Amino acid sequence: MTTATVNSKGVGTPTTRIYGALAIVALGWVLLGGLFFTPEDVVQGDAVRIMYVHVPTAWVAYLAFIVTGIASACWLIGKKHSLGFDRVAGASAEVGVVFMAMTLLSGSLWGRITWGTYWVWDPRLTTTAFLFVTYVGYLAVRGLGGSPEQRARRSSVIALLAVLEIPLVHFSVVLWRSLHQQASVLSPDGDIKMDGLMLFTLLFGVFGFSVLFAWLVSHRQRIMAMQDALQTNALDAAVSERLREAQV
Amino acid sequence: MSMSVSRVARAVAAKDLRIELRTRVVTNQVLPFSGLVMIMFAFALDSDDVLQRVAGGLVWLATLFSMFILVQRTFAVETYDGALDSLRVAGVQPQGIFLGKSLALFIELLVLEVVLFISAVVLYRVSVGGLGAVLLVTCVLCATAGLAFVGTLYGGLTAGARGRETLLPLLLLPVVAPVLICATRATESAFESGGVTVGEGWAWVAVLATFACVFGLGGLLSFGSLIEE
Repeated sequence: MTTATVNSKGVGTPTTRIYGALAIVALGWVLLGGLFFTPEDVVQGDAVRIMYVHVPTAWVAYLAFIVTGIASACWLIGKKHSLGFDRVAGASAEVGVVFMAMTLLSGSLWGRITWGTYWVWDPRLTTTAFLFVTYVGYLAVRGLGGSPEQRARRSSVIALLAVLEIPLVHFSVVLWRSLHQQASVLSPDGDIKMDGLMLFTLLFGVFGFSVLFAWLVSHRQRIMAMQDALQTNALDAAVSERLREAQV
Repeated sequence: MSMSVSRVARAVAAKDLRIELRTRVVTNQVLPFSGLVMIMFAFALDSDDVLQRVAGGLVWLATLFSMFILVQRTFAVETYDGALDSLRVAGVQPQGIFLGKSLALFIELLVLEVVLFISAVVLYRVSVGGLGAVLLVTCVLCATAGLAFVGTLYGGLTAGARGRETLLPLLLLPVVAPVLICATRATESAFESGGVTVGEGWAWVAVLATFACVFGLGGLLSFGSLIEE
């Protein structure tokens, strides 16, 4: 059984504290660099600053869903069916959904300023939106209740089915757009010739958000471990209480 | 001692279809519902030209909406009185249950689609030529196989769970989006609506067939661990 301990200093470990400190430093730099130090874009003006949040959050969201897929596969394949994998999968999906929401939001704001529209039926945008909804569904499946083992079994299968689903969605949307109408707007990645400081800030953003992801996931899965332990222990306590009653 | 997978599948499918024939829920409730949806689309769009143009998409949307009810139903009869548990206790292979339930759902969906396509011809004034009909039938068979597989897969997952009525559409809609896109485009080709030719439709049917194969295999591999509690 999992035992989770809480000390008076909080739930951090030396590792999570390092992640946390690195994330604060890196994101502090991105904040200053993105808003003040980097120059305006020749074409996009100040709107280019959205990129310093948009690209890293998109990267983290995709990373999160890859982690969820791998952790789910590990749970399913592993002989011991260690619940640790399931909790990492769940924590990663939760963080991924939040970051994907931020990506969609910052992307549509950027699109409004740059393209004049919040949304275009670009394959990448559409697939991203489907990825978001799919993982919202995944989290709903995790919340169905039952024992941690039931949750792990259901959600690992759902996560692996999502790995099948997303390429199919992407491929059919690509086919749909390419046969239906020519791309009428700037391609989202464009040919942006990037100034050195801009590139540095962007890469630092990717680093900072990745560390933030690691920090969030490691804390979240610890909380999940405690919730599971609470559920299991509470059940054990109830059973032993009933047994004691029976003996009287 | 244990039955072969195909025998289990046939037995499960026959049982499901017999239940549907006797209770008449599909014929008396789901079919009228889908017919109503087709009429409501006409009210909403309010133009013969537009209806003729988008008829393919409307047929497949109506199919998806009705499919949620069918999937819900096909697993409601299993969880009621713990029928699914009894099947598992009987030592039946989960692959057989998966194939059987998919087959029954496939046949129910086919009946539904025939009615929907007839109502599209009558209400939306679409017409199909000879080659278009070949494309349409192939498209319907491939798309329906894919829908039946994912429907059974996700229906089995949510069977017996609290709040499954609301959860099922949330899980299923994103997954069946490729079917909606591809089946609609192929059907538009078959109807030759909006100036597309019949020949353009076959690429979409290939994606539909891929979808059916992928989720058929995925279901065979994973259905056992989904219904095992």
